[in-house]
Amino acid sequence: MNNFTYFQPKTLQEAGEMFGKSWHETTALAGGTDLLGLMKDDIEAPRNVVNLKSLPGLNRISYQPGKGLKIGALTSIAKIASHSDINKRYPVLAQAAKQVASPQLRNVGTIGGNICQRPRCWYFRGDFHCLRKGGDICYAVDGKNKYHCVIGGGPCFIVHPSDMAVALLALDAKLTVYSGGKNKTVAIGDFFVLPEKNVRRENILLPGEIVVDIRIQELNNNTKSGYVKFAERGVWDFAVVSVAAVIQKNGNALKKGRVVLGGVAPAPWFEKKISKKLSGLIPSEKNLDEIMKTALVDAEPLAMNEYKLPLAKNLMKRLIGELTA
Amino acid sequence: MKTIKIQLLVNNNEYEVSVSPNETLLDILRERLGLTGTKRGCEIGECGACTVVMNGEAVNSCLILAPQADGSKIMTVEGLMRNGEYHPLQQSFLNHDAVHCGFCTPGMLMSAYVLLQQKQNPTETGIKQAIAGNLCRCTGYQQIVEAIGDVGKKGETD
Repeated sequence: MNNFTYFQPKTLQEAGEMFGKSWHETTALAGGTDLLGLMKDDIEAPRNVVNLKSLPGLNRISYQPGKGLKIGALTSIAKIASHSDINKRYPVLAQAAKQVASPQLRNVGTIGGNICQRPRCWYFRGDFHCLRKGGDICYAVDGKNKYHCVIGGGPCFIVHPSDMAVALLALDAKLTVYSGGKNKTVAIGDFFVLPEKNVRRENILLPGEIVVDIRIQELNNNTKSGYVKFAERGVWDFAVVSVAAVIQKNGNALKKGRVVLGGVAPAPWFEKKISKKLSGLIPSEKNLDEIMKTALVDAEPLAMNEYKLPLAKNLMKRLIGELTA
Repeated sequence: MKTIKIQLLVNNNEYEVSVSPNETLLDILRERLGLTGTKRGCEIGECGACTVVMNGEAVNSCLILAPQADGSKIMTVEGLMRNGEYHPLQQSFLNHDAVHCGFCTPGMLMSAYVLLQQKQNPTETGIKQAIAGNLCRCTGYQQIVEAIGDVGKKGETD
C-alpha cells in the first residue's frame, strides 16, 4: 500500500474542500473494507485519504411511521441487518444486508461505502491496464467472462457488486449528496452510471461530493419485499445474480411492483418490463412464466455467461411467487 | 508522510503508538506491540485469521487503517487468558480437538468470544453464522462448532 496523508475533517464542508479535481489525488475513506483492498493491490494509490468517519452524526438510522426511513451513510451494514424497524418494514433491505460479505466486514463496512464500492472484475482487480483503469481494452470481451454482465455493458463489461444498491433501487431510495456547500437529492436510479457514459466510474459522484444519507419512503401495509442472492459461496462472495422486489398487493391481484436485478449489469438493473407487467397480474405460476418471457430481452450475453439469463428469470419468478403467495 | 499518534487500549493495556497512515491495525498489533497471536492471512478480509474484537465487535484487523483505530478498545487472543488460566473457550477448543494446524484458531476464538458475549447458548446455526467469516483450511469446522456450543451450554461467557 502506498503511503498518503491522512485527513480527519470535522464538517462536510471541510471534507468537501479537501478534494481536488481528481479521484487519483484524493479519495474518501468510510469503512475501508473495499478501499484497503484496492490500495493493497495498487489499483488505487491516492496521495490523500479523507476519513469520513470523523464526521459526526452520519451513522444513525431513524424510522418515523408515515414518513419513512433515513439511514446515515456511515451506518454499518451490520446495524442495518439487525435493525428492528428495517426488518419489519423493509425486509428487502435487511435481507440484502444480512447477505453482504462476512460478519466481520458487515461490522465495519458502511452503506455509503457499499453503494460506492468498485467492481470485482478480475481484470480490473488484477494486473491488467483495462479500460476502467485508463487503458484501451476490456479484457473480459475475449477473456474469461463467466461473471461479467449480460446487459448494459460496453465498452466495459463489469457487474456492479453491491447487494444494498439492488435493494435500494427496488425501494426507489433517495440519496442526499453533499456538493459544493449544499445538499442535493439524487434518486438512486440516477446515481449509477453505465460504462457507455463513463467507463472510469460507477456513479455520478465528483471529487468532493459525499453521500450523506439515504431516504426511503414509507411502504403501505399491503407491500411485500424481499431479496434473493445466488452466489457460489454463502459468505464473502458477490452475487452471480440477485433480485430485489417490492410488490404491492390488491386482493388476489398485484397493484404494482419494482423488480431489480444485481449481477447482470454494470449498475443495479431495474427490470422495467417485468415491473410494469406486475400491475394487475394474478401471480399464478403460469402467469409468472408468461411474463418472464419478456425479461432481459435486450440482453447480449458474452461467451461464458448466458447461464445468467435463466438464472435471473428463475430467481425473479421464485421471489415474486414467494412474496405474493 | 506525517506519522500520526494513536492511542489504543489493547487487552486492557494502554498504548500510544506513532503510526504511518498506511499501516493497518494488524501491522501495529503484530509488529509494534508484539502481539503475534493475531495472524496475517489473506490480507483482504476473506480468511478471518486476523480477527480481533474492536469496541465489542469482531473485525478484520487487516482492513482497518491504524489511524482509524485511534481511541478504540481492542481485544486479541492474548487477552483471553485469565490469571494464567485458559479461557473456557480455549479449554473447550483443546477438549474438542478443535485446533488442527492452529492458524485459524485465534480468529475463530475472537469470533466465538463476541458471539457468546451477545448470545447465551447459541444454536448450531447461530455458531456457524458467527464464524462464517473465519476459514479453517484444515476443514475442522465440526469440532470448532462443538467446542463453541459446549461453552455456550455451560454459560461460561466471560
